[in-house]
Amino acid sequence: MAGVEIRDVRKAFGKTPVIHGVDIDIADGEFVVLVGPSGCGKSTLLRMIAGLEQITGGEIAIGGRVVNMVPPKERDVAMVFQNYALYPHMTVYDNMAFSLKLRRAPKSLVDERVRRAADILNLGEYLERYPRQLSGGQRQRVAMGRAIVRDPQVFLFDEPLSNLDAKLRVQMRTEIKELHQRLRTTTVYVTHDQIEAMTMADRIVVMHDGLVEQIGQPLDLYDEPNNLFVAGFIGSPAMNFIEGTLRRNGAAAAVEIGDGTRLPAPPVNGHADGAKVVYGIRPEHFAYGNNGGGLNAEVVVVEPTGTEIQVMSKLAGQDICAVFRERHDLTPGQTLGLSPALDKVHLFDAATGQHLRPPPST
Amino acid sequence: MATIAEREEVAAPAAWHWTRVRNNRNFLGFWFMLPAAAFLLLFLTYPLGLGIWLSFTDTRIGRDGVFIGLENFVWLADDPVFWLSVFNTFLYTIVASVIKFALGFYLAILLNNHMPFKAFIRAIVLLPFIVPTVLSAIAFWWIYDTQFSIISWSLTKLGLITENINFLGEPNNARASVIFANIWRGIPFVAITLLAGLQTIPASLYEAATIDGASRWQMFRHITYPMLTPIIAVVMTFSVLFTFTDFQLIYAMTRGGPINATHLMATLSFQRAILGGNLGEGAAISTAMIPFLLGAIMFSWFGLQKRKWQQGEADD
Repeated sequence: MAGVEIRDVRKAFGKTPVIHGVDIDIADGEFVVLVGPSGCGKSTLLRMIAGLEQITGGEIAIGGRVVNMVPPKERDVAMVFQNYALYPHMTVYDNMAFSLKLRRAPKSLVDERVRRAADILNLGEYLERYPRQLSGGQRQRVAMGRAIVRDPQVFLFDEPLSNLDAKLRVQMRTEIKELHQRLRTTTVYVTHDQIEAMTMADRIVVMHDGLVEQIGQPLDLYDEPNNLFVAGFIGSPAMNFIEGTLRRNGAAAAVEIGDGTRLPAPPVNGHADGAKVVYGIRPEHFAYGNNGGGLNAEVVVVEPTGTEIQVMSKLAGQDICAVFRERHDLTPGQTLGLSPALDKVHLFDAATGQHLRPPPST
Repeated sequence: MATIAEREEVAAPAAWHWTRVRNNRNFLGFWFMLPAAAFLLLFLTYPLGLGIWLSFTDTRIGRDGVFIGLENFVWLADDPVFWLSVFNTFLYTIVASVIKFALGFYLAILLNNHMPFKAFIRAIVLLPFIVPTVLSAIAFWWIYDTQFSIISWSLTKLGLITENINFLGEPNNARASVIFANIWRGIPFVAITLLAGLQTIPASLYEAATIDGASRWQMFRHITYPMLTPIIAVVMTFSVLFTFTDFQLIYAMTRGGPINATHLMATLSFQRAILGGNLGEGAAISTAMIPFLLGAIMFSWFGLQKRKWQQGEADD
């Protein structure tokens, strides 16, 4: 096993740069998820670690060895592809044994490794089947089995769950996480699904337009996003963003929006009265107050999910989503009182998108 | 309460029967099938049946024959020229098919790589296939000409030979020459079809194999070749059938000569039946090809059987 170091890595296809210098340090045994919208360069980065793409600039090191010029088969990595890439003309057993057979490993070792992997993944009874005879989840497991058999230094997963249906995806998510807890192999996992990232990762790398926006533990990203992009990308339903103007009154602050309504805001550092800001608050951080307290929003749509109710509403012409654990009786058109939890409010610079940190507490 | 159908039945029983017949799938299917069936009967079954019938008669041009049983075949069995043509046909088919397959496959793999002017180069590769056979045969005829052969001329200029090569005048040279011409014509078909097959193999399989540690040869051996076998079976069956029954190229270049060295069964059949007037005997030579052709078709039938790994659900 080994860590992976990515130092100022750049990638250009022809003259089009797609990754503009990325630094990530992945510790030995860590489960790191690269997440971002499509086209952000996360898959390209993974393929560079695997050796399927040339590295245009910078360095990638696996286990301390710079691998820029090392061919894929000598990097000792295993990859699980989005479409599984199982060899259709080989049985499950042969699919898993292929890499070992290519290295002329002794038959007994191949057999032992394949059966062990099949055991771990509950594939024992399917070893003689062909990929076409398996369900999506089983194929996914064979693809993982093929990786496990190698006993590589690093596992690479390229959106492995996106071809599965929703229920199976949740189940496989758990299985992959469990597998990692059991094998403790360094894992780099690419997904565009922030829920997968949140639930599986030790650390998440949020990427956007070929740059790293933020690296951190899932809950840290959730609680303390560095910028508007991370704040909007992590969390579902997404954080509410309301554009407004900062109004300072000594240490206290508020954000004035379109119709003059003032939203209570936490104290901020530096920014002057009148600065353009974005007021961000997650849907679950509103307190329900129907007796005139808080901000008055007009209910538009009510969506009960059983565990909670999501309320889409309008506040001074802006869409606001709120989530309540309690079952309130709400009807469209009704006025709803929303009280933002002050310590959960995030303020962002409207121009740069950066988070405005509160002044250091004294 | 009567259903709608029942009420219609009461209203118009005669019309109802007609509607039912019109909507019957088998009835409709029969009519849709009829044009195709008529075509096959008229242009395939009739000539084939007539040919087989003629092979059992002593028909000549201008004289209706009578049924003579297997006499034509018995006669042919003693005819060394017939056996020479059988030998030639096999030599021609086997050598040409093997080389067409090897070179065609190689060309397909080359064309499958990314390269500049890819579409243009692929189009050029098809050229020998597009040019009418007789036209290319005449071109080859000139290339192989005893006096004006460009090959002889070039080799002489290079100082490699002192006198012109007698391409079509010497039996083995002639065989090699017509086989070469056939290969030249046949490669595009094999190459383009196999290229289409190559493009159906997902790139991710090669990526997976790369990470699994396969060399280029191992990828060919363990991925490309096994995944292409169904298409190879189809292409090679067709290629063998076309080559076995070849007529135009030989007839335009050598007419079977010299001393019958390039006579194939098809050309011999034509010579005996049309030029010689012995329709019955010529038909017998053609009929004698049928068992070999059936053999080739059986081969493709078994080659085309779905392999185990192709059965079951689609993989996406």
